[in-house]
Amino acid sequence: MTLFRPLEPVGRTTRIVLGIAFFVVFFLAWAAATLSGYVPIIFLADPITMVQDGWVLLTKFGFSRDIGVTVWRVLGGFILAAVVAVPLGILMGAYKSVEAFLEPFVSFARYLPASAFVPLLILWAGIGETQKLLVIFIGSVFQIVLMVAVAVGNTRRDLVEAAYTLGAGSSSVVRRVLIPANAPEIAEILRLVLGWAWTYVIVAELIGSSSGIGHMIIESQALMATGQIVFGIIVIGLIGLVSDLAFKVVNRVFFGWRLA
Amino acid sequence: MTGPKLRIEGVSRTFPGVAGRPPLQALEPTELSIVENDFITVLGPSGCGKSTLLRIVAGLDRPSAGRVLLDGRAIDGPGPDRGMVFQSYTLFPWLTVADNVAFGLREAGVPEREIAETVAEYLEKVGLRGFENHLPKQLSGGMQQRTAIARALANDPEILLLDEPFGALDNQTRGLMQELLLGIWERERKTVIFVTHDIEEAIFMASRVLVMTARPGRIKADIAVELPHPRHYTVKTSPEFSALKARLTEEIRVEAMRAATTA
Ligand SMILES: Nc1ncnc2c1ncn2[C@@H]1O[C@H](COP(=O)(O)OP(=O)(O)O)[C@@H](O)[C@H]1O
Ligand SMILES: [Mg+2]
Repeated sequence: MTLFRPLEPVGRTTRIVLGIAFFVVFFLAWAAATLSGYVPIIFLADPITMVQDGWVLLTKFGFSRDIGVTVWRVLGGFILAAVVAVPLGILMGAYKSVEAFLEPFVSFARYLPASAFVPLLILWAGIGETQKLLVIFIGSVFQIVLMVAVAVGNTRRDLVEAAYTLGAGSSSVVRRVLIPANAPEIAEILRLVLGWAWTYVIVAELIGSSSGIGHMIIESQALMATGQIVFGIIVIGLIGLVSDLAFKVVNRVFFGWRLA
Repeated sequence: MTGPKLRIEGVSRTFPGVAGRPPLQALEPTELSIVENDFITVLGPSGCGKSTLLRIVAGLDRPSAGRVLLDGRAIDGPGPDRGMVFQSYTLFPWLTVADNVAFGLREAGVPEREIAETVAEYLEKVGLRGFENHLPKQLSGGMQQRTAIARALANDPEILLLDEPFGALDNQTRGLMQELLLGIWERERKTVIFVTHDIEEAIFMASRVLVMTARPGRIKADIAVELPHPRHYTVKTSPEFSALKARLTEEIRVEAMRAATTA
């Protein structure tokens, strides 16, 4: 059995089969717990109810519009954060003076919980889209800055030195070495933080919102419609899975040089 | 020609002690003059300050005292007039072989057409024609170092610095690389400083071998190698070569033993 030898790679088919197998196990356990009546439906809906409720949501209550709104908010806030944070992170990683200036503040700001800003942001920006985008922005921007700065700061020193001996100046080193060397890592950071952005958007939608997946979930709670809640959660999971895959494909296409 | 190509004047280097440890003198004040088109090898046990000396010449490290003059001008930081080949593989992994070799030329703003010609010329010289579009990860260690040599030479530096460039290669490849580099030098005549801890390599390549002492490094012997050019690998079995080797082995042995007992 090579399946249980440490660090032994597994084949592609085995990998896919195992990956799907856990989903199956998960659903079976869930079905067993709920359909048997062990867990009552007002606490957790069974998979069949969940699918039925989801279907009703999609066909009768225009839930696809809510999904669209939420995706838009996540992407909007996240892209804003990335546009600000990636260049800032690169500067922080590259220039120790910028790092000394910003790092303490960003490290502090990173621990400010985005959800705690929701009431304040409602005061500032009302309950419109700006407020939702700002929650996601605040939740993502400091994380991206710090992680990008660390990645850039850890660039192989010998590559930088090689560039200097080939005549590169400071700005060239940033543009022609630090950025391309860290592009794959930066893409990976964005993938990770996008995942976190999804948690912020739901929090933002739980309070003072009239649309979005989070709004649907909070409404369903009032109705004790656990099937709808679970459906909403699973939709988020699926969107996350798809965006993850998209990131991985993009990484493979653009950063093939990095793969062994 | 007036004056040497490179002058090292009283250059020493002491690394400040970190975490309560005493400062570490890597290099004692060193004097050295190198004439144009000479091939110098620097031979010494590991840890004796060879890389430190070379990095100071490259401008990647600063001397604690003294200065380095290239063509009479004091060196202040790294620049394209001093090409460097490192022991570690330092090709840019995201660039193809051709783009790696073109890196310095693009930096200098050379027109693309001219770049293409220069790149082809140097890839030809290091025997890598046909590998233009390969990525570094697709190359063997020897091929990577040949690309690194082409990358440094394509910039047409005043002096070429090599820090144990073949140190990580197997013996056979290493021998072939020595011949290749020496062949290029015999045709083009560049000023070269080549650092190594391998005695045969030091003799085979050099017109002058400098032997360094164990840490703190100091040049303790300066030996001319008068073997005729072009040199063929068979020269390694000649009596003259053996005599030099015997002498250098003795010089190095003393230092290696000192390094082993003081470390
Ligand atoms: N940046 C540094 N900081 C502290 N000590 C260093 C540094 N670089 C080199 N040294 C020390 O200086 C000595 C000489 O190093 P080096 O020049 O790399 O030797 P060599 O290349 O001959 O093997 C070694 O003892 C090494 O540990
Ligand atoms: Mg060294």
